Amino acid sequence: MAKPHNDRAWFLVLPVVALVAFSALIPVMTVVNYSVQDTFGNNQFFWNGTAWFQELLDPSTDLGGRFFDALWRTLLFSGLCLLIEIPLGIAVALTLPRQGWGVAVSLVVLALPLLIPWNVVGTIWQVFGRGDIGLLGAGLQALGINYNYAQNAFDAWATVVAMDVWHWTSLVVLLCYAGLRAIPDAYYQAAKIDGAGAWAIFRAIQLPKMQRVLTIAVLLRFMDSFMIYTEPFVVTGGGPGNATTFLSIDLVKIALGQFDLGKAAAMSIVYNLIILTVCWIFFATTTRGQSEAAQ
Amino acid sequence: MSTTVAAPAALPAAQAPARTGALRAMAPRLVLGLYVLFLLVPIYWLVNMSFKTNLEIASGMTLWPQQPTMENYRRIFTDRSWYSGYINSLKFVGLNMAISLSVALPAAYAFSRYRFLGDKHLFFWLLSNRMAPPAVFALPFFQLYSAVGLFDTPWAVALAHCVFNIPLAVWILEGFMSGVPREIDEMAAIDGWSFPAFFVRVFMPLVAGGIGVAAFFCFMFSWVELLLARTLTTVDAKPIVATMTRTVSAAGMDWGLLAAAGVLTIIPGAIVIWFVRNHIARGFALGRV
Repeated sequence: MAKPHNDRAWFLVLPVVALVAFSALIPVMTVVNYSVQDTFGNNQFFWNGTAWFQELLDPSTDLGGRFFDALWRTLLFSGLCLLIEIPLGIAVALTLPRQGWGVAVSLVVLALPLLIPWNVVGTIWQVFGRGDIGLLGAGLQALGINYNYAQNAFDAWATVVAMDVWHWTSLVVLLCYAGLRAIPDAYYQAAKIDGAGAWAIFRAIQLPKMQRVLTIAVLLRFMDSFMIYTEPFVVTGGGPGNATTFLSIDLVKIALGQFDLGKAAAMSIVYNLIILTVCWIFFATTTRGQSEAAQ
Repeated sequence: MSTTVAAPAALPAAQAPARTGALRAMAPRLVLGLYVLFLLVPIYWLVNMSFKTNLEIASGMTLWPQQPTMENYRRIFTDRSWYSGYINSLKFVGLNMAISLSVALPAAYAFSRYRFLGDKHLFFWLLSNRMAPPAVFALPFFQLYSAVGLFDTPWAVALAHCVFNIPLAVWILEGFMSGVPREIDEMAAIDGWSFPAFFVRVFMPLVAGGIGVAAFFCFMFSWVELLLARTLTTVDAKPIVATMTRTVSAAGMDWGLLAAAGVLTIIPGAIVIWFVRNHIARGFALGRV
């Protein structure tokens, strides 16, 4: 059933538009403004054209090299997170009980990491991974593994990725679980009559029925892992060296640490455009696939 | 009947020997158990540490506190600079929930019931704010809220968090509202309800679950955020997450105190989850299953 056309509905969305415009549009315009200007201090700005953007997008410059290094690191991090969290999330969702007291308990335990402030998540893993006082760090060292996330780049990466898996896989699990719950029992009975095995049921029934929620899961996990700041900042501070300096950590360093407004603004805009583009492409391709499947 | 499909992944393959069949039946519980263990062990370690003295923490590994102490918690509850952090956090989280929900409710209704000029573009623009890294906004927010005199108040943080919470609330509520048949609106109009009265007294109770879930998400994302909350406050409105970043004293890291403060930040979240546990699965799917 088509929705009726009514432009007076704008009155209902007006408060949202006003509030979000105040909170988002003004800052975005500030950023755009800075990105095309340079300053000698004393609040004296002059037109700088696209110089910041040219510097940023040229890997041979200092700023550009730094930007692209951080960009590849962030992409690798997002990729790793998605590769681990999505399959693991699906697998755990399939094991969740469908009824009984276990349901509520499992759901509450699963949701717990999602409600912990991000710097506390960082703190938990910072403590947990330390060789002197942490169970994980001490345990690995007792096994003879020379693990030290503060000095060894590989260990730092492993810790940050493990932390993100710990923190966010539950989101994927809960989404998939909601998708699985919506499958009518009749589907399973039909599959049983056909003598379908677990794998066939998964491929033919469960996975297609989870497509909508998996789209949401991939989108949310991509956005949030690509924007990650607090957790790795608390655990590694971007180190050792620059090994875990992701885009937003670098951005905060340039903007609030060095107060390089022009560079930071240009970087902000490119950073934001990357997320928007990736999300838009992913959303467009998956929804087109869905509408074709529906026909 | 439903018990036979309780764990679809556990369906044994045809003619599998009984032994592997039993193993397969156990496998899902094993996976779930290991995953829950993986989730809980780091949290346990924090709780464990919060009951230890710094001397015990520094002197070696113990799996549980040898001399349990409440000293770390006592310090937090008696020191104003600590406990005011929790109050400040709850203030801006509450404000943010109230603002986000009150503006998102009518907007979500508009998106779920009508087509209007530019509706799709508007929806994507709203969501695009959810995709903007807080790091991008930190500096401009600082300048904006300083300019309007809201810097270092709960209002600054509450309004700043609206950037990502309002779009999310609209998205969730729109999903739940679309599940309510439109005939109800039409019948209410025929019965002579005015729109505001219909909306508050008929429609809102119908989407109460969705409102609860949206409130939960606003709480969640406002409670866990650090970067903006820290940038927009200094002294008077400093949230607990910012207080926690400064536990380094002359004597080194105060791990016990840090752990106790961390444990106390987990508790409000745990309570909130318990209240919405029946809606949580559908809620995380944003009402779209």
